[in-house]
Amino acid sequence: MPNQGKRDDPAFRMSRRKMMKGVAAVLGAMALPAKDAPASVWESFFQKNFRELSPEELKGVLARLEKEYSEKYKKAVTVRATPPIEGILFGYGLDLSRCIGCRRCVYACVGENNQSRDPQIQWIRVLQLNKERGVDLEDAEQYYNPAKVPEKGHFYMPVQCQQCELPPCTKVCPVQATWKERDGIVVVDYNWCIGCRYCMAACPYGARHFNWKKPGLPPAEMNPETHYLGNRPRPVGVVEKCTFCIQRVRNTPGRYTACVEICPVGARKFGNLLDPESEIRYIIENKRVFILKEDLNTRPKFYYFYAT
Amino acid sequence: MRKIWEFFKGTLVLVAKGSKAYYVWVFTLLCFMGIGFLAYLYQLQHGLIVTGMRDQVSWGFYISNFTFLVGVAAAAVLLVIPAYVYHWKPLKEVAVLGEMLAVSAMVMCLLFVTVDIGRPDRFWHLIPKIGILNFPQSLLAWDVVVLNVYLVLNLTIAVYILYNLYHKREPNKSFTTPLLLFSIPAAVSIHTVTAFLYNGLSARPFWNASILAPRFLASAFCSGPAFMIILFQIIRKYTRIEIRNEAIFKVAELIAYSMFINLFLLGAEVFKEFYSNTVHLAPLQYLLEGLKGHNDLVPYIWTAMIFNVSAFFLFLIPQTRENFVTLNIGCVLIFIGVYIEKGMGLVIPGLVPDTLGEIFEYSPTGIEILLTMGIWATGLFVYTLLLRVAVPILTGEFFVGEDGMKAVIVDTEFIRRADHLAEQSYRD
Repeated sequence: MPNQGKRDDPAFRMSRRKMMKGVAAVLGAMALPAKDAPASVWESFFQKNFRELSPEELKGVLARLEKEYSEKYKKAVTVRATPPIEGILFGYGLDLSRCIGCRRCVYACVGENNQSRDPQIQWIRVLQLNKERGVDLEDAEQYYNPAKVPEKGHFYMPVQCQQCELPPCTKVCPVQATWKERDGIVVVDYNWCIGCRYCMAACPYGARHFNWKKPGLPPAEMNPETHYLGNRPRPVGVVEKCTFCIQRVRNTPGRYTACVEICPVGARKFGNLLDPESEIRYIIENKRVFILKEDLNTRPKFYYFYAT
Repeated sequence: MRKIWEFFKGTLVLVAKGSKAYYVWVFTLLCFMGIGFLAYLYQLQHGLIVTGMRDQVSWGFYISNFTFLVGVAAAAVLLVIPAYVYHWKPLKEVAVLGEMLAVSAMVMCLLFVTVDIGRPDRFWHLIPKIGILNFPQSLLAWDVVVLNVYLVLNLTIAVYILYNLYHKREPNKSFTTPLLLFSIPAAVSIHTVTAFLYNGLSARPFWNASILAPRFLASAFCSGPAFMIILFQIIRKYTRIEIRNEAIFKVAELIAYSMFINLFLLGAEVFKEFYSNTVHLAPLQYLLEGLKGHNDLVPYIWTAMIFNVSAFFLFLIPQTRENFVTLNIGCVLIFIGVYIEKGMGLVIPGLVPDTLGEIFEYSPTGIEILLTMGIWATGLFVYTLLLRVAVPILTGEFFVGEDGMKAVIVDTEFIRRADHLAEQSYRD
């Protein structure tokens, strides 16, 4: 056998082992469970859409995910599915006259919401704009990197999911893996999304992000307080987005989102649009407010304003 | 039932037999398919990060190829219209060849969508009842429906006609004619729905122009028939099927008209954007002249423009249209021209600059190119095998034997020289 020598060659053995490993990984990646796969893998494969789960089934799903994440991240992870609270419609205000472009909100969000660190996924994008040209997106710069902000002649506009009343992204999803909840938050079922990225083409605000690679989330940095529709760890190949920190604002009514909490200049406001006494209502009624890309009729619940 | 089984066995024997050229061709395709498959395994293992796509440009080479091929699939069948109107003699042949091209192109379309999605393991979420198909809200759901209907429709017609001819029966006209007629609006609808898929997105001004669907149809009427013209010549040279020159020249003439409409619509779009000079101009500027020093697409789109315009004149002038050298040059130019214009030239500027004004230049990676070549090879492989069975049936060299059961195979060569054919018929 002329091939015999080749077979004993370590390089050949290596490549073969690597290939077998590759094949195994592929089966894993496709999540076509092997025969002896644990029952939980099959459960995950056949899991129904979140909105079709009965309360019993939902309980099972949450328990399974908690177990899975706790093992993976070596800490006690809770996965809740707290429903919307009646009488609340979340709204957000952003004061462009205050924002200094420090991007603390970007990283607070990444930490709170378990975004991938490698590759980096950020739900908030801060645009640097020229005061002379105003809100002109053609002129926006996302990758500004001076030693100190704010820079002279510039102002800053953070953009994240605008939680539209008429979201173009949910309309186009071919499998209803994304929808608007009763409290106005647009969510994604990461276990139902097929990763076609049609919603990303449809979103006028660049608010949707795709897991091009298995998300890299170091266990030490993982936030164990999670929500099924929010910051729980995401699998590869699905879309994710800002949820107004659904795990915070639903579990503890009145609590702020991570970006509001961190903002050093108080440029970010958050509250209940249905409450006439709320700060967000005061801003809308008394300040100069605008919404982004008003002509597209998406009706954002994210209001930019100038307080001074 | 046994009859069908015998027929199926016969087709298996057929595809395994052929001339040396046939074996070389099939083997080459299998090699490319193998490479493409390995590339797909690699992509599955590492995620779509191995492609050039990112959040800014979230669709790329795969979806570009998909879009172009929907056009090819649609137009292949639309050739049935002139075949009816002008009473071409090999009507059945034209219909069957066109429908099988549509089937092959559909297979490629479905493969391109499959390799593009992030979770192919969840494809069952698209199946109504088992999963949730967001119909009629999502245009992608519409596309899933019409593409599959179209695939089944064309397969049904082609197989029905061929199976009857194999049994030396005339296909039942009251069955085939309505289906054939239905396949015409179906062809228009698959391309319209695919255009609407882009058209409906208000976030992307480059696509959100109502001229998009008409442009899609006009350009499809160029690329699909251009492929058919070359195919007709190959088939009549190497098989016994006769296709008259007039039919080929008529198709070329139709291409010239379609290309005129395509160029006119493009001109209308270019005028509107450049003259009104709104913020919506940026994508077109990026495509045609580059934006802020980013001009990856510019050489490609101008190549396409030159190809399309040259081919238009080649097909318009009777002397060059009826000369097979210039005719074939025109076909190749159009196929490449439309491939660029309706592929990358359509998808990428829709996403660049992105919705927040960022310019991210996309170009496909090696993995994307290998995988794409693999899918093209798969499409050609499917078409080759379909032809391998269809051609001998159409020429009467593969039919059911005297006992009404066993298949008789006369043609064991498939791809043969025409002089060889003549010699053989002389001996007959």
